[in-house]
Amino acid sequence: MATAQTRTLSRIMMAPAVIVLLIWMIVPLVMTLWFSFQNYSLINPMMTGFAGWANYLYVIGDPSFTQSLVNTLILVGGVLAITVIGGTFLALLLDQPIWGQGILRIIVISPFFVMPPVAALIWKNGFMHPGYGMLGHLWKFFGLQPVDWFNQYPLFSVIVIVAWQWLPFATLILLTALQSLSEEQREAAEMDGANAINRFYYIILPHMARSITIVILIQTIFLLGIFAEIRVTTGGGPGYASTNIAFLVFRTGILSNDIGAGSAGGVVAVVIANVVAFFLMRAVGKNLDA
Amino acid sequence: MGSISLKNVKKSFGEVQIIPDISLDIKDGEFVVFVGPSGCGKSTLLRLIAGLEDTTAGTILLDGEDMTKAPPARRGLAMVFQSYALYPHMTVRDNIAFPLKMAKASKEEIDKKVEYAARTLNLSSYLDRRPRALSGGQRQRVAIGRAIVREPKAFLFDEPLSNLDAALRVNMRLEITELHQQLKTTMIYVTHDQVEAMTMADRIVVLNAGNVEQFGSPLDLYKKPANRFVAGFIGSPKMNFVDGPEAAKHNAHSIGVRPEHFKLSKTAEAGTWKGKVGVAEQLGSDTFLHVHVDGLGLMTIRTDGDQTFSHGDDVYLTPDQTRIYRFDAAGKAI
Repeated sequence: MATAQTRTLSRIMMAPAVIVLLIWMIVPLVMTLWFSFQNYSLINPMMTGFAGWANYLYVIGDPSFTQSLVNTLILVGGVLAITVIGGTFLALLLDQPIWGQGILRIIVISPFFVMPPVAALIWKNGFMHPGYGMLGHLWKFFGLQPVDWFNQYPLFSVIVIVAWQWLPFATLILLTALQSLSEEQREAAEMDGANAINRFYYIILPHMARSITIVILIQTIFLLGIFAEIRVTTGGGPGYASTNIAFLVFRTGILSNDIGAGSAGGVVAVVIANVVAFFLMRAVGKNLDA
Repeated sequence: MGSISLKNVKKSFGEVQIIPDISLDIKDGEFVVFVGPSGCGKSTLLRLIAGLEDTTAGTILLDGEDMTKAPPARRGLAMVFQSYALYPHMTVRDNIAFPLKMAKASKEEIDKKVEYAARTLNLSSYLDRRPRALSGGQRQRVAIGRAIVREPKAFLFDEPLSNLDAALRVNMRLEITELHQQLKTTMIYVTHDQVEAMTMADRIVVLNAGNVEQFGSPLDLYKKPANRFVAGFIGSPKMNFVDGPEAAKHNAHSIGVRPEHFKLSKTAEAGTWKGKVGVAEQLGSDTFLHVHVDGLGLMTIRTDGDQTFSHGDDVYLTPDQTRIYRFDAAGKAI
């Protein structure tokens, strides 16, 4: 791209793709913004026209909003904690020379290939159902009262399911990081008198820092919008106990047929995602330069 | 104190035998170089001493104490790796301080020792940099610094200079030798470069296919090579070997003459062997002549820098009769 001519040419060549992407992004965003300032309820088609900030005040003022926001943060934080810590642990184990390593790695990765609604259904009916779930049977085997996971610990149950899905991703990325650590560095640390824990803390963990950052960033993007797992299992309940922001938008816009308020919720969700992204980048982004 | 003894040490990786059987005695304060062609087991031997590999059989004694099964940290040895193996996320100071920190030394002691090491190695102004901001030679020095703060019984160097350019290599060679004079600590140095071995060592171990071919001082190896392998490996350019009838005249299976032990002349009367000059490599101080000797093949001759032979000239060679090395059929020196 040295000359003015090649620069102009490259711009022209890229233009179609850029324009399509722009339309793809801008049109839905503008429409959502437009609806969020309209009185637009499917139940009451007669009520139309400009609504001002009413939809926003309605969404944010509702107590369920605060709860959903807290739930979103707990969901994201919980899954991140489990996947990063568990992923590091699994990666350390998988890095050991063991028989059948190749097959084992594929098995460990496999949950990631299961579609979210399917994974949620497997957990809902196969494991967590108090009547015929595996965990129910286990509890009964020990003579205990089976736990009704989705009623007693709805948010925790969703966290477990989502963490199960994302653990392979974290493991895979962290395992690659682990394998890129030079053998000589480990041996040097060993010669320097570092035991296994010190080697992990002073050598391995700093080496993996960048990969951990990437895992956190990528996962956060996806975890803020968790929907299918909630829809399939708890339906956001009981009450609003397992409703996150994404699911709240769905409840308001689709279940309550209030397109205006739903759109306002959607715009708020976009703002929240950006705020989270901003703080996240501030907190962990420094690991990415260098 | 830092004497190291290997008694009948053997090492195999699965079916592959790397070291059949080695016994060595390294005295306290000695600078010993393991030298040999690649794949001869010299690095494996060093790693056995360091404790980074398990011995298949035999014992390793450090200061008379059996350390065969001891983990690396307990052996009290320090190692400098080929890739330096610096910790990239730590500053130079933290890198050098790491072994002390692991040994739970006090803050003042760490500071004192790091300062001392930095001064010894001219690193004082780089202490707060990260390794990636340093040149190859500086990284090498940090690796050595990390080794000396522990005050180990012995230093182990695993081809530490092979990643440096030629000029820097000569420099670091001097620095390491100088360091040995200062510290008087036992050092074991692995290299495939016989020049490094000759210039640095008190004693050299020549290894070939996992066997010790000869263990002696550099000049011993040069003057009295135990066999054909050592004769060919030590000295640069390589020794010239002659088999067959020409060797039989000296009652040997083969004879060897070093490139520097020839007389050259342009007239037939003054020469034993006749040949044609091939390539002449002029180094300024010396000239290496590659001579195609009739019936004996290519020989390398070292002569002074002012020689004016050109490609294709006839030349007559006379080996110095007192410096002809004779070998029997098994390659042993006679």
